[in-house]
Amino acid sequence: MAAIDQETSQSSVAQTSPRRAQLPAWIENTHPAFWLLALFLLFLPAFANDFFQFQIMGWTFILGMIALSLMFLAGYGGMVSLVQMTVAGCAGYMVAIFGTSAADAISLQWPWWIVVPVALAIATAFGTISGALAVRTEGIYTIMITLAIAAAFFYFTRQNYVIFNGFSGFNQIRAPVVFGIKWNDATPFYYLTLFFAVLSYAVVTYVSRAPFGLALQGIRDNPRRMEALGFNVTAHRIAAYAFAALIAAVAGILLTWQNGQISPGTAGIGAVIDILVIAVVGGLRRPIGPFIGAFIYVLLRTFALDILTEVGLDPKRFKLLIGFGFLAIVFFSPDGVLGLWDRWRARQKARSISSASGDSS
Amino acid sequence: MQRFIERHPVWSLVILIAAVFLLWLILAEWPRGLVAFAGRKKVFLNALLNGITLGGLYFLVASGFTLIFGLMRNVNLAHGSLYLFGGYIGYTVATASNSWILSFIVAFIAMAVLGMLLQVLVFRRMEGEELRQTLVTIGISIVLADILLWIWGGDFYQIETPDWLFGAIKLPIITAVKSSGDAVYMKYPLVRLVILAASIVIGVAMWLALNKTKIGMMIRAGVDDRDMLSATGIRIQLVFVLVFAFGAGLAGVAGVVGGTFQSLAPGEDTRFLLASLVVVIVGGMGSIPGAALGALLIGLSEQFGSVYMPTYAVVLTFLIMVLVLAFRPQGLLGSRG
Repeated sequence: MAAIDQETSQSSVAQTSPRRAQLPAWIENTHPAFWLLALFLLFLPAFANDFFQFQIMGWTFILGMIALSLMFLAGYGGMVSLVQMTVAGCAGYMVAIFGTSAADAISLQWPWWIVVPVALAIATAFGTISGALAVRTEGIYTIMITLAIAAAFFYFTRQNYVIFNGFSGFNQIRAPVVFGIKWNDATPFYYLTLFFAVLSYAVVTYVSRAPFGLALQGIRDNPRRMEALGFNVTAHRIAAYAFAALIAAVAGILLTWQNGQISPGTAGIGAVIDILVIAVVGGLRRPIGPFIGAFIYVLLRTFALDILTEVGLDPKRFKLLIGFGFLAIVFFSPDGVLGLWDRWRARQKARSISSASGDSS
Repeated sequence: MQRFIERHPVWSLVILIAAVFLLWLILAEWPRGLVAFAGRKKVFLNALLNGITLGGLYFLVASGFTLIFGLMRNVNLAHGSLYLFGGYIGYTVATASNSWILSFIVAFIAMAVLGMLLQVLVFRRMEGEELRQTLVTIGISIVLADILLWIWGGDFYQIETPDWLFGAIKLPIITAVKSSGDAVYMKYPLVRLVILAASIVIGVAMWLALNKTKIGMMIRAGVDDRDMLSATGIRIQLVFVLVFAFGAGLAGVAGVVGGTFQSLAPGEDTRFLLASLVVVIVGGMGSIPGAALGALLIGLSEQFGSVYMPTYAVVLTFLIMVLVLAFRPQGLLGSRG
């Protein structure tokens, strides 16, 4: 009896042990630094002030998400699309047009739970259609065509006063009050952006390992072979655009809430290029890259003026600083900051191996 | 021509009818119904001529871009910066020396040297890496834009038209007939017509040089198969540098032209970069006649758009691009394998 008991308990242990090993597998596989970062971000409002939460971190997450959508297309799909900022701008405009803003004559004042899905749907459709146009071409042509689409959107919103309210755009757009929480306050907004940033990061990571993402990476590496294997290359590419557009659209709505306004300049050519700079500086290989790039960009953007005046340089030369920094990164490390990090790690490893082999000999 | 008519009889007829109708629009005195519908003839003619001359300017910018891309597959997104830089240099030279012609020469040489530097220092290091080239040239254009802003500030500059080109000339086209029976002739700024003529001459010369001379033969061979060309003992890197210098110099010349009949200000660099992108997408990458056709189409659509439907002028340009992409992804006159 006891022996049987022991046996069953053993077998039950044997049965559960793989499940137990499975459950922490994904926890085990992630670097401890990752968990430290997660804890840090989760408890950041406890010690950071409102400005840091709202302006620095909120903006970082939003720009990171837009750059992440570019990174998804460029890194996994091999399609560098400059239209992502425009998709975000489109979503922002839709929030302003269907929701409430200072321009009473245009805004339809619908409640937020209709406005947000409608804005997401329209912006995603816009991104998908742009993608459908762009996938007719390859490589460098994609960059040019998406840049042209972005420019057309910018000039159109600047000239159209009936729907897009022309040069001035829309003001006083606020995040709604839901569950009694004012989402435009610093800490709620911080958690809102953190939630969506983590969500989009997780979804992109998941999709990149799912069959769709693997097929997309196959298409990136060899479209003809994938076509021969029976994959519909064009449909995969357009679907990738649609997925990326959804992420960018979410970020666009958040961006509009954060700024409280949207105008043609929000999705202007400079902003479009900035997103590319962020994604490239961070690194196009892994989804964490865009967030690193966004953090660096936001820090530079916020504090460069002070630093430049402190050093004694003309604070107007801020763009020059960004331009040279970008050039240096692209010239010396095509994979961005992440590439630098990887190379440093590889060198450390090589050194430790060589020193170990030196010991043994 | 003969072959085209044989292969596309319907299209030829449509084109012929459109051409005859256009000619009638230009030469004939407009009936009252048409005036009521489309406005005065003078407005139409002005838009037409402005469109054609703007097309000439676009051609100057875009042909350099398409030449560089066609031969070397180099994507130079700093092309707009070369345009603006050339224009500023031309302005400085023109105000200092009072010579319009000299400003062209200096702008051409300065931009050609800058182009050579770009080719030697940047593009030769990353041959065939399109994405890196794009990123680097975007970085260069950010840096250049800020340096230009630093030196010349944010003001608008216009290069003065020289005296011998100043004023308008009468064209032998009647815009309206007065009640007294006198015909009113079309007047148009001389300098624009001269610039148009110059860009046509440059275009034809480029086409001839590419198709009828030995160096043109080398360039075309280089477009088709770069490795084979260098294997036959031609110093292809030298050809590359020269072509890049020429294309960049053209952008500088276009800057002076643009500074003369429009104005120079920060932001014009992106505007002209985008214009040349759209022109080469519509016309076909790497094709000089394609650049000419695309520039004409885009120039006309911009001018007619801004006259007849001001809000949607940009959308019209964009629509042309979308239509071309939908039906001929390689561009109207492009041939891409």
